Amino acid sequence: MSEMIDQQDLAAQFGEKPEKPEKPWQATARMFYTNKAAVFGLIGFLIVILLGLFGPIIFGADPFDIAGKPLMEPQDANPLGTDYLGRDILSGVIYGARPTMIIAITATVCATVIGISIGAIAGFYGGKIDNFLMRFTEFFQVLPSLVFAMVIVAVFEPSFLIVVLAIGTTTWTPLARLARAEFLKIKEREFVLAARALGAQNIRLILRVILPNALPPLIIAITLRVGTTIIFEAALSFLGLTDPSIMTWGRMIGLSRDYFFEAWWTVTFPGLAILFTALFIALIGDGLNDAFNPKLRRR
Amino acid sequence: MKNPTLKSENTVLSVENLCVDFEIKGKQVQILSDISFSLERGKTLGIIGESGCGKSMTALALMRMIPSPPGRISAGRVVLKGEDLAQASEKRIRDIRGGEISMIFQEPMTSLNPVFTIGNQIVEAIRRHKDIGKSEAWKEATDLLDIVHIPAPNRRVHEYPHQLSGGMRQRVMIAIALACEPTVLIADEPTTALDVTVQAQIFDLLNEIQKDRGTCIILITHDFGAVAEMADRVLVMYAGHKIEEGTLDEIIDSARHPYTQGLLRSMPEIKVDPGDIRESLAEIPGVVPDLLHLPEGCPFAPRCSFVMAQCQDLPHYMDLGDNRSVKCWLAQEDSRTKEQA
Amino acid sequence: MATALFQRIIYGMVLILAVIVLNFLLIQAAPGDVVDVLVTEAGGGDPEIAAQIRASYGLDQPVYVQLAKYLGNMLTGDLGYSYYRDESVLELLLSHLPSTLILTLSALLFAIFIGTMLGIYAATRPQGVTNHMVTIFSLLGYATPVFWMGMMLMLVFSLYIPIFPSFGFRSIPAPETMLPRILDILHHLVLPTFTLSILFLAGYSRLSRASMLDVLGADYIRTARSKGLSEFVVIFKHALKNASLPVVTIAGLQLGQIFSGAVIVETLFSLPGIGPLLYDSITNHDYPVMMGVLFGTAVTVVVANILTDLVYRLLDPRIRGIS
Repeated sequence: MSEMIDQQDLAAQFGEKPEKPEKPWQATARMFYTNKAAVFGLIGFLIVILLGLFGPIIFGADPFDIAGKPLMEPQDANPLGTDYLGRDILSGVIYGARPTMIIAITATVCATVIGISIGAIAGFYGGKIDNFLMRFTEFFQVLPSLVFAMVIVAVFEPSFLIVVLAIGTTTWTPLARLARAEFLKIKEREFVLAARALGAQNIRLILRVILPNALPPLIIAITLRVGTTIIFEAALSFLGLTDPSIMTWGRMIGLSRDYFFEAWWTVTFPGLAILFTALFIALIGDGLNDAFNPKLRRR
Repeated sequence: MKNPTLKSENTVLSVENLCVDFEIKGKQVQILSDISFSLERGKTLGIIGESGCGKSMTALALMRMIPSPPGRISAGRVVLKGEDLAQASEKRIRDIRGGEISMIFQEPMTSLNPVFTIGNQIVEAIRRHKDIGKSEAWKEATDLLDIVHIPAPNRRVHEYPHQLSGGMRQRVMIAIALACEPTVLIADEPTTALDVTVQAQIFDLLNEIQKDRGTCIILITHDFGAVAEMADRVLVMYAGHKIEEGTLDEIIDSARHPYTQGLLRSMPEIKVDPGDIRESLAEIPGVVPDLLHLPEGCPFAPRCSFVMAQCQDLPHYMDLGDNRSVKCWLAQEDSRTKEQA
Repeated sequence: MATALFQRIIYGMVLILAVIVLNFLLIQAAPGDVVDVLVTEAGGGDPEIAAQIRASYGLDQPVYVQLAKYLGNMLTGDLGYSYYRDESVLELLLSHLPSTLILTLSALLFAIFIGTMLGIYAATRPQGVTNHMVTIFSLLGYATPVFWMGMMLMLVFSLYIPIFPSFGFRSIPAPETMLPRILDILHHLVLPTFTLSILFLAGYSRLSRASMLDVLGADYIRTARSKGLSEFVVIFKHALKNASLPVVTIAGLQLGQIFSGAVIVETLFSLPGIGPLLYDSITNHDYPVMMGVLFGTAVTVVVANILTDLVYRLLDPRIRGIS
């Protein structure tokens, strides 16, 4: 296959090399910032975070307050309309950012901790431990995650902690598989063998030697996982399986389910909030992917 | 520019001033520059050069299989039995591929489709070009496996590529290439990926086929040993240029281009008398240049130990008569001094 | 091949056993038990009667005895009894599964077919607009909640342009003859199927584009072209079969996700499937049905995984050879 090279390879082979060597992370950051879509996603995501942090302070209005007549169309007083109790949709969307993001991020952290621990141990130790942990992972893959999470929340009580744990325990499997694959690959590399030969402890090898090198694909997966979790939580909330004192975007849609034929705005705007937030995250994830693997761009 | 390749009535294929451009990062880069050669019935032409010199691209250009975009044939003619393939219609060129010209590739391990039986892949080639029934085509496929010396062809024809060794797979590739009795068979590094003993067997097979069927073979390789074993004529390529051409003996005995001389020095067993080159059994210094940043003038100049001021200009082809040519200022100077002497 | 399949089935059975144990543990972990629910439903709070009922269900026995009994029951097909619905859980599952299977299968096939076509189209025209469309489409597919997508489709195609029903599995009353009956069901399934498939479709189009691009660069594709085959044969015979391998793998892995999606879509469109069954059992604290649904979906995924494995073996002779 000496000369059947496609354009990207040719460009990579013949392309100008950077003047001075950059550190890998600098090169990644540069790649990321030159990607317009990724920067757009990052800015959008930061706006959502700022909205979650400061929105309630700036806009003031309480989303649980009755702000007008029920099911009012969007107009001056309620730019996005009102819901079936006459609560303002706009303040609901603004206030919803914080709980939505908090649940999404904590649940992702939960899934990440479980997934990476299991995947890292399986990949690092191999053999029987790997075999057992992978069977364990496959067992969790057999259970449809949403059905499983619904049952967990229903069996216990729909509180913040239970919802986070339910999402975490039902969605960690892809991260475990990815972490395992990376660990399997990296543990055979020279620098790991060298560290091992120098007598490094297993814990040190896992956390300080292999994990940092396995980070790029994991970071991409975790980023995308945040978006998936927002949608997963929204589905649980939509079905009413969430802490009743927390008003996430998903719950706003779920509560308006019986009224949306009369009042499209009650579900459309919270849904758009979810869609855009997840979209920003997807753009960041894609940007990171391109930045970490410049050769695979556009695939 | 004058076409330095003379044609005889036995000429089957002639390539005239072929140029191929690639568009890379918006720049037009010439991958093949002014390549000419001709091929006679029943003969073998060896094309030799380091990897990246344009050998395989030449082969793909003959079959119009250059990946496009980014590549395209920007000038020149490829004349097969009087027909210019560079201008042929898409439909016509597909009839040529596998029919008149067929090709075997470097990587037998990956060149066969893993999810179809080898019989299926041979039959497909047969039925693409011949109007015959299924059962007849399967019989022909089995016969072809026999011709390329695959044992138990009746059984093997129903096997999948992964069940065969690398040498066997290359034989299957040859069987596919032979399926429609092509006029020209292009073998692109057919043995590079194989064991030495298997290499010899494949060359024997190719020689046998040529003797039986009068097929023209273009052997593309970086290995002078392979050329010495197979070729009647040799074409040496460097950075997309044909830098020297001649018969096998001419090239081995009196190479004119410093690059060809370097290649020969790295293959001491070619020379009958190795005494005179003992001092420099070395690789040619430097690497194949980056085609985006080719130097002005002779592409080999940066690596050439005989470089002169004149080498800043691209040398012309110099016809040494008898279909022998070289593209080097030094060689031209040499002949001039010889003439004067 | 037969032994590999046999191993796969044995392994599947082990997984199912594990699901049963998990079910049992979940019931044990639940605050309160069936009896509490029963007693509350009956409106009384007499602890003596409650204790009697517990004894009759064997709930007063040690946990391991209960587990053994539970396992025995489940394996003999006794998945429990819905006190709320007054029907056996197995019957409930069997009557609700077909609708869910129809929905998931048609959505899956639609998503794979259209997704693959889009992916091929984009992969063969690397400079084209379709490429960007596939990228944008897959981003939207990732970012859109399935229930919201369903609601938007309902608004557009049931409310503003009323061409598809938004509710139920068949018209009431249903047409009498066979063909109109089937057409009626299909008509009802259009929106739910489309809702469920569109998000997966986005993923498959991206996946098959990537896998197609990968395959199109392979040496055997060059060989196929060098035989003089037309682009159509090169792509739809030589490339597609290879490119479909990762798609089949991912489709197999995603079956659980499709079930999850189906639960939501069915609940949203009020289809008589597993989704509303689960939803109702949760609202009514009907634990046996809840556990039955978890068990039933897990069994379906296990079976579907074995089938996926079979399909993969049929497609890839390299795997088939090893037994």
